[in-house]
Amino acid sequence: MTRLGLAALVALAAVALLVVAGPLLWTIAPETTDPANALLGPGAAHPFGTDELGRDVLSRLLHGGQVTLLVGVAAMLAALLAGVLVGASAGFYGGWTDALLMRLTDAMLAVPAFFLILVVITVVGSSTLTLVLVIGALSWMPVARVAYGETLRWKTAEFVVAAKSLGVSPPRLLVRHILPQAVPSLVVSATLGVAYAILTESAVSYLGLGVQPPTPSWGNMLQRAQRYVFTAPALALYPGAAITLVVLAFNFLGDGLRDALDPRARRHR
Amino acid sequence: MVDGEKVGAFLARRCALGALVVLFVSALTFFFVNLAPGGPASVMRFDVTAEQREALIRSMGLDRPVPERYVAWLSGAVRGDLGTSLLTDEPVAFRIGERLPNTLVLAGTALAVSLLIGIPMGVIQALRRGGPLDHALSLLSAVGLAVPVFWLGIVLILVFAVSLQVLPSAGVASVGDDSFGDRLAHLVLPAVVLATTILPTVVRFMRSAMLEVLHEDYVRTATSKGLAPRIVVTRHALRNALIPVVSAVGALVPRLLGGTVVTEAVFGWPGMGRLALEAASGRDYPLITGITVIVAMIAVATSVLVDLSYTRLDPRVRLA
Repeated sequence: MTRLGLAALVALAAVALLVVAGPLLWTIAPETTDPANALLGPGAAHPFGTDELGRDVLSRLLHGGQVTLLVGVAAMLAALLAGVLVGASAGFYGGWTDALLMRLTDAMLAVPAFFLILVVITVVGSSTLTLVLVIGALSWMPVARVAYGETLRWKTAEFVVAAKSLGVSPPRLLVRHILPQAVPSLVVSATLGVAYAILTESAVSYLGLGVQPPTPSWGNMLQRAQRYVFTAPALALYPGAAITLVVLAFNFLGDGLRDALDPRARRHR
Repeated sequence: MVDGEKVGAFLARRCALGALVVLFVSALTFFFVNLAPGGPASVMRFDVTAEQREALIRSMGLDRPVPERYVAWLSGAVRGDLGTSLLTDEPVAFRIGERLPNTLVLAGTALAVSLLIGIPMGVIQALRRGGPLDHALSLLSAVGLAVPVFWLGIVLILVFAVSLQVLPSAGVASVGDDSFGDRLAHLVLPAVVLATTILPTVVRFMRSAMLEVLHEDYVRTATSKGLAPRIVVTRHALRNALIPVVSAVGALVPRLLGGTVVTEAVFGWPGMGRLALEAASGRDYPLITGITVIVAMIAVATSVLVDLSYTRLDPRVRLA
C-alpha cells in the first residue's frame, strides 16, 4: 500500500482508540451541564473548554466521535449489503433482472439523495437508527455498480465455468466462487462509503434531523456552535476539524487500498 | 456534423427517459409517504372523536387506496397543482415558486464557479504532473472532498463576515438595499461553499482527462508542427479533454442540488433547500413530496442539457 494509505490507516486506528478508550480515562459525562461554567476557554479542568450549557467539549468530542464513527460504519454496511445484492444479482442473472435493477440504480443516481433523506425523516421522524438505514438505503448505488462489473467479469472465468459444469448450484456459484473475487474492489468501495456516510450523518445531524441531543455527534455539536460563532468560534472548529480529518483518512485509505488491491486501477498517478 | 433530425430524436429519447425518472421519483416519494408508519393518516388530530376523525380522513380523501390517490395527485401535478401545504394552507406550487429562483441562482452560480475554477486547475495540474504544484493542488482537492460543506460555510463566515467583515453572512440582500452589488456580495460565500461539493471532483476528472489526451498522436503532431504550446493545449488538447468532463459534470448535478439544503441552512438563503428543511421538521407531506419531484425534474433537465452540449463538443458522438 502507498505510504499515504498506511498513514491514513494509522491515523484512523489512533482515532478509533481515542474514541473507544478516551471516555474510560476522561470520565466527565458528555451530558453533564454546568451553566455557571458555560463557554469557557481551554483550561486545566476542561482542556477544550465548555459549550453553551457548560458541558465538557473534550468529553463530547470523544463520545460524539463514537456515535459518528458507528453511524458511518453501520450505514456503510447497510449500503454494502444492498449494493452487493442488487449489483451481483443483476450481473449474475442478466436479462430482465439486469435491465430492471441497473436502470433502478441509474435512476437513484439521477436523484438528489439529500432530498429523499428529508422525505424519509418527514415521515418517520429522526433517530439514529433511521439515519443509519436511510443513509444505507440511499448510498448503495456505487457499490452496486462495482458488484455488477465484478460479477460480469468473473461470471465467464474458467474456474467459474468449471464449477458450473460440475453441477454447483447458481446461488452457491455466486456466493462461493464469484463474490470472493469481488472482495478487493468491494473493500475499496466500502472504505470510500464510510467517508460518504460520515459526511452525510454530520450534515443531517447539523440540520437537527439526525442524531438527537443530548447524545452528541460531531454533526449535531456544530448545530449549536454556529450560534456562538461570534463569541466562541473554537466550539465550531473542533468537531469540523475532526470530521475533515477522519473523512480525509478514509478517502486516502480507500485510494491506498485501491492501488494495493487492484493494480488495474493504477493509472495516471 | 450532426444533422438536425438526429438531434431531435436524441432529445426526444433523453426527455422520455428523464420523464420516466421523474415519474419513478414521484411514485417512490408518494407511496413511501403514504404507506410508511407515521404517514399522513396517523398524524391527523387526536383531540377529536373517532367519528370526527373518520370524517376528517374522508374529507381529505385519505380513505381511498393509495394507488388511486397517486393517480389523482399525478393528474393534478401535470397541470401544476401539487396539493396544499399543511403548514401554511397555501398551494405547494406557490410556495415552491417563491423559493425556486433563489435556489436556481445559487446552484447556477455554484456550477459556474466550480467549472471556472475546476477546469483551469485540472489543466494546470496535468501540465505540471508530478511537480510540487500538482501535489499541492491534489492535496487541496482531497481536503475539499473531505471537508463538510456546512462547516466550511461556518469557517468562511468566521473569516470573512466576523473577522474581516468584508462579506455578509446571511440572506440574499440587505434590508432596504436592492442594488446588484449588494445581492452579489450576499451570493459570494454561499456560491463558493456550494461549489465545493463538486469542485474537487471536477478538478480530478479534468486532470486525468487532460493527461490521457496529452499522450494522443494528434497532440504530438500539433506540437511537432511547431504550434505554440498554448495553442496546442487550448485548441487541441483541452477541447478533446473536455468531452468526458462534461458528461461527468452531468452526473454531479444531483450532488450539487443536494448540497443546497445544507448551504441554504448555513447562510439563511431562502431557497428550496431550506423549504425542504421546514417541510421535514414540520412534517408537511404534500410540500416535501412536491419539492422532491421538482428537484428531480431540475436534475433530469440539467442532465439532458449537459448531454446536448456533449453532442456539440464531440460531433463523433453517436446519437443512437
